[in-house]
This record gives sequence, structure tokens and C-alpha cells, in this order.
Amino acid sequence: MPDLIAIEGVTKVYPTLAGETTLALDDVSLTVAENEFLTIVGPSGCGKSTLLKLVAGVLSATRGRIVFRGRPLAGPTREVGMVFQSPVLMPWRTVLDNVLFPIEMLRLPVARYRDEARRLIELTGLGGFERAYPRELSGGMQQRVSICRALVYDPPLLLMDEPFGALDAMTREEMGMELLAVWHERRKTVVFVTHSIPEAVLLADRVVVMTPRPGRVVAVTRVELPRPRTLDMEFSREFSEHASAIRARIADGRGRGR
Amino acid sequence: MTRRPPPWGRWATNYAGPAATLAAVGVAWEVGVRLAGVPAWLLPTPSAIAAALWEWRVQAPRHVWATLYEVLGGFLLAIAVGIPLAVAIVYSPFVRRVAYPVLLVFQSVPKVALAPLLLLYLGYGVQTNVSVAAIVAFFPIVVNTVTGLESVEPELLQLSRSFDAGALRIFWKVRLPWALPHIFSALKVAVSLAVIGAVVGEFVGSDRGLGYVIVTASASMNTSLVFGIMILLALMGIAVFYAVWFVEALACPWYRPAELEEPSP
Repeated sequence: MPDLIAIEGVTKVYPTLAGETTLALDDVSLTVAENEFLTIVGPSGCGKSTLLKLVAGVLSATRGRIVFRGRPLAGPTREVGMVFQSPVLMPWRTVLDNVLFPIEMLRLPVARYRDEARRLIELTGLGGFERAYPRELSGGMQQRVSICRALVYDPPLLLMDEPFGALDAMTREEMGMELLAVWHERRKTVVFVTHSIPEAVLLADRVVVMTPRPGRVVAVTRVELPRPRTLDMEFSREFSEHASAIRARIADGRGRGR
Repeated sequence: MTRRPPPWGRWATNYAGPAATLAAVGVAWEVGVRLAGVPAWLLPTPSAIAAALWEWRVQAPRHVWATLYEVLGGFLLAIAVGIPLAVAIVYSPFVRRVAYPVLLVFQSVPKVALAPLLLLYLGYGVQTNVSVAAIVAFFPIVVNTVTGLESVEPELLQLSRSFDAGALRIFWKVRLPWALPHIFSALKVAVSLAVIGAVVGEFVGSDRGLGYVIVTASASMNTSLVFGIMILLALMGIAVFYAVWFVEALACPWYRPAELEEPSP
């Protein structure tokens, strides 16, 4: 499969308030294939969110470059859909209008996308809630709306920054499985940041392990579990082997940092 | 299944109870003042207040309109200056650095002290009282609008920018609607303050308006009318407050303060 994104030697330096600099990402190189589900796992401060923002084109790299389908990325692009840890919906918009928000911002014809928005709402199990306001929905439902919003203009790439981090454990597992179903049906490339190792393993084709201070990629492992994935795979031997290997790499990284 | 109270029951708790309490206070006031033999120039009875207002009714429209005009004029002027200033503060660090200290100094000066100066500069007339009302109403509008515009979740702004949308579009589609509940809570405070401002202006220099009537009535020891006018001013304050509240309900149908939320079925 061809690469959708190639991250080539990316370094990101932030100025701190004290006038010094922080090395958030140190020489990170990574490729993501078309239709791949890639998860990035690591403790807080390892630069995984920064990496996501660089790929989204919201931040720019200090050194190195990001190549998107063979062309270097310069600034925000509509090839990317973003999902954050909090759903960040607009309380004055109904579910349907929240999903259509990107269409308005991109100055696309809203009427032509209304059916697609309805299909996505249906696909994520929110059918019947098109005219509800966000405050009438549970946290999990709100996050589904934000996933619909990220998909409505059909970007090939979905960037998700700990999207289920604020949800309770049961909703979280359920949402993960639903996301896989959507990913399968819509043929997207997903880069999914999490700090849950089981979540990273269960969802991914490949897991990228990052360690902090400075943010580095220390391992990339391919998950050899069959698709479609199911929740009970978490109890299989392969799953625990993957999980403990990743845990060990994170622990190594911590040891080195001290 | 939960049993809902009948509609009249809800109506009774919402309106009849408070009304009955007010009526009881009125009766106690009337009886107490009569029994104690308090003279009317000191503390008039409710019936004396009503009589004084009734006697004054022919002159009422002119003064009520004058004050209402100043209140609304001052309120709208405060909005027209305050909201654009708040937008400028949010978007320009320079304006923020200049405007905030000036605003604070301005807010710390008693507005009653400004009224004679405004009279000096703007002259005798309605424009002075509109200005006093505007100045009093101005501060909460600026401060709350700034707070509201800045309370937008950063990720939402980031998301909007990721669509390469211009600043103006983000302002209309994201920032302003996000700030509306803040702005409206400021407007509800501001419109009540505008009533106070208009009356202060009329105290200092005016030949009409409810503030002017209070000054002349108290000069002639007509305490009953002073009380009557205060009641009218309170009613005017309530009316303009609910007018803003009503506009808010139309403009932000999605927004419900938690205490008004009905339990879900």
C-alpha cells in the first residue's frame, strides 16, 4: 500500500515562558499507509498531540517536513478530519448542524451534504437525534457527533487525539468497536493517539510507542491480530504479548529519561 | 410514572404565592402605619401612595416616557460602544493594554460625580441623561463580552482554523454565538443600571423624567409621590429586565440556565 503520510525527521521546539526552549519532538520519522489504522501510545508529554497537530497543519515543524500523498504539507488542509478528547460541539447548533459545521466553514454547498450528514449520524447510531441539542446528549453520543463532523467532508485522513479519554470504560470499549466499523466501511486512514495500551493494541494495524523529554518514537510494532477485531481478543495470548512488549518499551524510555 | 402537578398548581406556586405575600406586606404596612400614627411626610401608607400617583396621573406619561427614552437610549448607546470595544480588546493586544487600565479608572470614578461634568459639557437636556445612563451601563457590557468572546474552547478555534476559515467567518459563526449567553447576562445587569443612570442624570439637571419628579416632590414634602415614583421606577426596571430576558430567550433558545431546567421525563 502506498504511503498517505510520510513524517520526515520532524523536530518541534517550543519557546517556554521562562525564555528557554522545550524540545517537544526530536527527529521523528514515521510513515502511515493508505487505509491504515495507526495508534500512537505514550505517557503525557511525549509529544503525541504535537505530532498530530503538525500532521493537521495547525502547527508547523521547526525542522523536517511532512509529506502528504507525495506533496509537502503547508498549512491546514481539508484532507484531514480532527477529533479531540472533548467533543467541542457548538451548544447552539443541533446535532445535524454541528455535523455540517465544516461544510459551512469550507464554503461548500450545505444542501448537497445534508444527506451525507444524515447517513453518518445513522451510521454512528445517532439516528433520530438529528435535531437534538448537544446538552441533551450523553458524553459518548456527543463524541459520536464530533466523529461525524470530522467525516462529513470525506477527508481521507482522520486524526484523533485521545477521543475516548473522557468516557467511562464501558462506553470507551463500545466506541472503539464502532470506530473500527466506521473505519472499515468508509475506508479511512486513522491516526489515533491514546494513553491506553489495550486500546492502542485492540484498534491498530501498527502501534507507535513514544517516550517523553524529548518526544521520540522508540518502537513501531505491527499488531498481528485478525480483523474484524472483537473485545474478547483482549484475553488472547497474542494480545497480552503485544501489550506487555509495548509496556516494556515505555518503561525503557522512562528509564532512559531519568 | 411520576405525577405532574396540575397546571393551576404550578401557576399557584409561581405567581399566586408571591402575589399573596406582597399583598400581606402591603396590608401590614397600611395597618401598622395607621395604628402607629406615623405622619404621611415621613412614611405614607400604600393607599396614600396610590392616591398620590392617581392625582399625578395626568403628568405621568410625559415623565415616564422621558425616563424610559433615556434608559433605552443609554442602554443602546452602551451596547453600540461597548460590544465593538470588547471585540477590539479581544482581537488587539494593543487595544487591550490601552483600554483596560482606562476602563478601570473610569469604573472606579463614582458616576454621580460625572453627571455634573457631563451637564457642563453636553448641556441641559436629554442627551446628558442618556449619556449618564450609557456610562453606567457600559462597563459590565465590555467586561462580560470580552469574557464571553474569550471563553470559546481553544480546540474549536483550532478546528475552525483547520478549515482555513477567515477570522471574520470564525467571529460570526463561532465566537459571537459562543459569547451570546455572557453578553445577555451582562445586558440584563446593564439595563437595570441604565435606569439608575438615567435617574441620576435627572437628579442633577433636568426638567422632566421620574428623577426630576422625585426631586420636586421631595422638595415640597410630597413623600407619598416620592414613594409612588420609586415604585414606578422599580416596575420600569423589572420591565426592561424582562424585555432583555425575552430577547435572550429568542436569540439563545439552546441556552437554559441550570435552575430553569425541567427534570427529564
